[in-house]
Amino acid sequence: MLKLLVFLPLLGALLSGIFPKFIGKKGAMYIPTILCGISFIFSIILLHNAILGESYVINLATWINSGYFQINWALKLDMLSSVMLFVVMLVSTLVHLYSIGYMDRDPHQARFFSYLSLFTFAMLMLVTSNNFIQLFFGWEGVGLCSYLLIGFWFKKQSANAAAIKAFLVNRVGDLGLILGICLIYFKFNSLDYNTVFESVTLIKDNSFSLLNIEIPIIELCCFLLFIGAMGKSAQIILHTWLADAMEGPTPVSALIHAATMVTAGVFLVARCSPIFEYAPYALGFVTIVGALTSIFAAYVAITQNDIKKIIAYSTCSQLGYMFFACGVSAYSAGMFHLMTHAFFKALLFLGAGSVIHALSDEQDIRKMGGLYKALPYTCVGMWIGSLALAGLPPFAGFFSKDIILEAAWASHTIIGGFAFYIGLLAALLTAFYSWKILFMVFHGKSRGDISSAHESPLTILIPLTILSIGAIFSGWLGKPMIDTHHDFWHGTILILDNHEALKNAHHAPIWVKISPIIVALIGIFIAWVLYIKRLNFTQFLCERFSFLYRCSLNKLWFDEVYEYLICQPLKKCGDILWKKGDIGVIDRFGPDGIVNVCRKIAMRIKSIQTGYVYHYAFAMFIGLIAIFSWQFLLLFGWV
Amino acid sequence: MTNWPILSLMVFIPLFGAFIISLIDGEEKNIVKNSKMVTLWTSMVVFILSIFLWATFPTDPGFHFIEEVNIFSSVGISYRLGVDGISMLFVVLSAFLVPICILSSWKSIKIRVKEYMILFLILESLMIGTFSALDLLLFYIFFEALLIPMFFIIGIWGGPRKVYAAFKFFLYTLAGSVLFLLAIILMAYHSGTFDIRELLSHNFSYQLQLILWPALFISFAVKTPMWPFHTWLPDAHVEAPTAGSVILAGVLLKVGGYGFIRFSIPMLPNASEYFSGFVFVLGVIAVIYASLVALMQTDMKKLIAYSSVAHMGYVIIGLFTFQQEGIDGAIIQMLSHGVVSAALFLCIGVLYDRQHSRLISDYGGVVEKMPKFSLIFMIFLLASIGLPGTSGFVGEVLVLIAAYKVNGYLALFTGLGMILGAAYMLWLYKRVIFGKVTNDKVTLLKDLDYREVCIFIPLIIGVFWIGLYPESFSIEFRDDVASLISNLDLVISINNN
Repeated sequence: MLKLLVFLPLLGALLSGIFPKFIGKKGAMYIPTILCGISFIFSIILLHNAILGESYVINLATWINSGYFQINWALKLDMLSSVMLFVVMLVSTLVHLYSIGYMDRDPHQARFFSYLSLFTFAMLMLVTSNNFIQLFFGWEGVGLCSYLLIGFWFKKQSANAAAIKAFLVNRVGDLGLILGICLIYFKFNSLDYNTVFESVTLIKDNSFSLLNIEIPIIELCCFLLFIGAMGKSAQIILHTWLADAMEGPTPVSALIHAATMVTAGVFLVARCSPIFEYAPYALGFVTIVGALTSIFAAYVAITQNDIKKIIAYSTCSQLGYMFFACGVSAYSAGMFHLMTHAFFKALLFLGAGSVIHALSDEQDIRKMGGLYKALPYTCVGMWIGSLALAGLPPFAGFFSKDIILEAAWASHTIIGGFAFYIGLLAALLTAFYSWKILFMVFHGKSRGDISSAHESPLTILIPLTILSIGAIFSGWLGKPMIDTHHDFWHGTILILDNHEALKNAHHAPIWVKISPIIVALIGIFIAWVLYIKRLNFTQFLCERFSFLYRCSLNKLWFDEVYEYLICQPLKKCGDILWKKGDIGVIDRFGPDGIVNVCRKIAMRIKSIQTGYVYHYAFAMFIGLIAIFSWQFLLLFGWV
Repeated sequence: MTNWPILSLMVFIPLFGAFIISLIDGEEKNIVKNSKMVTLWTSMVVFILSIFLWATFPTDPGFHFIEEVNIFSSVGISYRLGVDGISMLFVVLSAFLVPICILSSWKSIKIRVKEYMILFLILESLMIGTFSALDLLLFYIFFEALLIPMFFIIGIWGGPRKVYAAFKFFLYTLAGSVLFLLAIILMAYHSGTFDIRELLSHNFSYQLQLILWPALFISFAVKTPMWPFHTWLPDAHVEAPTAGSVILAGVLLKVGGYGFIRFSIPMLPNASEYFSGFVFVLGVIAVIYASLVALMQTDMKKLIAYSSVAHMGYVIIGLFTFQQEGIDGAIIQMLSHGVVSAALFLCIGVLYDRQHSRLISDYGGVVEKMPKFSLIFMIFLLASIGLPGTSGFVGEVLVLIAAYKVNGYLALFTGLGMILGAAYMLWLYKRVIFGKVTNDKVTLLKDLDYREVCIFIPLIIGVFWIGLYPESFSIEFRDDVASLISNLDLVISINNN
């Protein structure tokens, strides 16, 4: 069943990718969707089995075999992978369904569905892998599909640029990941999860020295793996691609850039918890990066005007929460938030997509307003999603965000405390920008032409409804995930005994527990004041704090700095190496130089060959004299 | 095992075919048609023989299918052929690419078709001879003779600067081979034989190795090509006809790498170890330098040519790690590059046949007119980037892993090529395939016809086969590489004590 689950989406991708004419336009949309639906049903059954304690590995075939480097194609089912399978298949199926309605006007549906299914397959390979190399296969595979889907509208220059940017920034992360994998192989002589995780304790004291500082190998290992996670999960420094990735069709943003692919980094850290647990500094780094991303992205989100970009930055910020949960050893809280986030963020994106669809591809929230009448269902869905995102009870986000913040507080470390307060502040901003969207899109006066706006077709509304139900109940249903008395994860997540953040989190004082709700309410209130009550006050604030405003609006100039410091110099470098290095030096002194020297010498010699008999006779005469004189000198013994 | 001389057959059948073609006479139209058909069928027969060779190949290490005819027994020169797991795969690769080349030049070669076909068959015979020669002198003859048909192919059917390119190509490679000849004479003088099998077990003194190694190195480095001996490659590729580029990138570049595996490393182990640091530096420079230069190219063929330099940098780094993973990876990388770069040149050839331009700026928005072509181009481009699942990844990851064992920084710098490679390839793809149509000529483009699809399908199969199940290749050479490494470790450890 696991095999079928993984390979059905591939079948769908191949069918609609290679034989679009054969299966027809309708077929190219419905066949992948139905196959994904079947996979989804399987994933429910497998999740059920895994909760009952089932776990196994199916070996499919040998892949790479060289020395100790023995890699198999294998599918692994355990608690961690089955939860991911469930989330991926659920969102993927809904997005397939949604796209049938959303892409109805596009001429390239077959290609689109083929990419979607291929993505699903790659993601499934990623989560069910039994070794690091297959994980990398899925990792790059989802990156590829992300590239293809962001650049789906290939006529748009900006979409192409965004696609390349996404791929390249991810590649930077992937380099870190593959180096981390190399290091693991170098130390353990194996890349199988089980073998590696079992022998971590053997090498935990190994270290190497760099600039006279002793660095434990395992810290470096985790650090490199985490760089990979940073790339894929758009953490600060490597985050720049995610906002640009919104150039792709909206269902793609929901599936790839909110619910599944970007969470692969969190999954990686959770999967590797048996290694990360022995690397306290790396964990600290994870916490700091997560916390900084959560606040940075929320800060940038508040001034953006593109509805999808706001949600994209929000995703970035929520991923930051998941990471700092992992950083304080509350991996299960991170995974829990991953699941609830998949529901409500996919809901928000699909809702936003519904709005965009209704307004004929308008994305600027300044041109919307008062849409609740025209789009009642979408409006309700967005409200539910925003309530869940802001972490208000009893919606899903409340349970997961709460436990993350409590765990951060309960870790009783400076970094944990830092993450807690940063997280609170980010929660305030989160509530603020969420309601900014709601107020500017659905309420107030309309600021653009919305007369043609209409509620979306059923294929769009059904996924919205299902996700809304998920966004309401998944937090409550998923609570066993973070129950410390009962091991929900069946040992797939390791937490050392002295890392008690999650256990202590349940005993956090009451103010820690309710402060997220309070800050969220404050955020909503501010948004209400600024965007409903007193619009001119917003203008005043922007001018009063113009520096902060511009920082946020320009995303702290990350893109410009990278362009100036990395892209331009590299291009210049390439140009210099080519024109000065290859042509100017190697060719000039190499082949061309030798040819020139030969030619010059030949010219000199040529000028001696005059063709006049008396010149040659003269030369012969001189030669004869020289030889005879030499002979004479020898004869008389004067030499 | 069979008793009939399969390797000699593979060497001589193309020559025989060339001879037949030279006899063809009559009307111009018939000459062209018949010579094409004869060439195609000859190369197909050789390819079938190579498949047979592969299928019946025993897995135990060492040379098989040995044929020996004494010529000058007094000085130890003989006609000796034989292949081990490593060279067998290169023989198959050569035999695989030639029919594809013939098909790809079916329409694009319009002048002197008969001579072109004759040269291609001679080239095939020489390539197979190079990889299966077991006699040092015989190897040298094949190795150098390869230059001649290639020289003519570039010089006669090439582009506007074909004479410059042909001479540059010839001079570079000839300069290397002069030193190689001296090294061969010296090696034979000290060991008393030209038999490669005996030379492999002969221990040259340390001083002698240090003299021999640079001579061999320059010769192979020019062929590979390694930085800074690479500048002939872009010119040769740009001017060569498509099929010429395919053979050049697909097979001739592998001769250099093959030379390192067959001669430099096993015969001169101590010197190889001594110089390995130097080779790593050149390899890393090749990877980064060539990638950066590739980024800025305006000519598609030049871009692919520089990417070849970068990929061969990986190969050389892998070989000189002296690890099982590294050498396995390098061999797979060579096979993969043989398929992928050949395919990329064919892709550019497809565009060139239609538009007669290789400039990136003349294209844009091609996907609208040529969706099939765009998909195929994407597959090969991803293989070149080294996406897992395609052939490029297997070699790259093995080389990286082996490099890590040697030195973490080596792996880091080698890995930078991964990012840069993605950058120049995707940028190329974006400018050629995506975007709006800016050039009116692009609107007239036609998608691939039946013949062209037939050319690409075997290459696509190759890409995924190597990428998803490299075991069927690596099983052939694993034990050969293992015994090579164990000998190497032994010799080096004796010397260090």
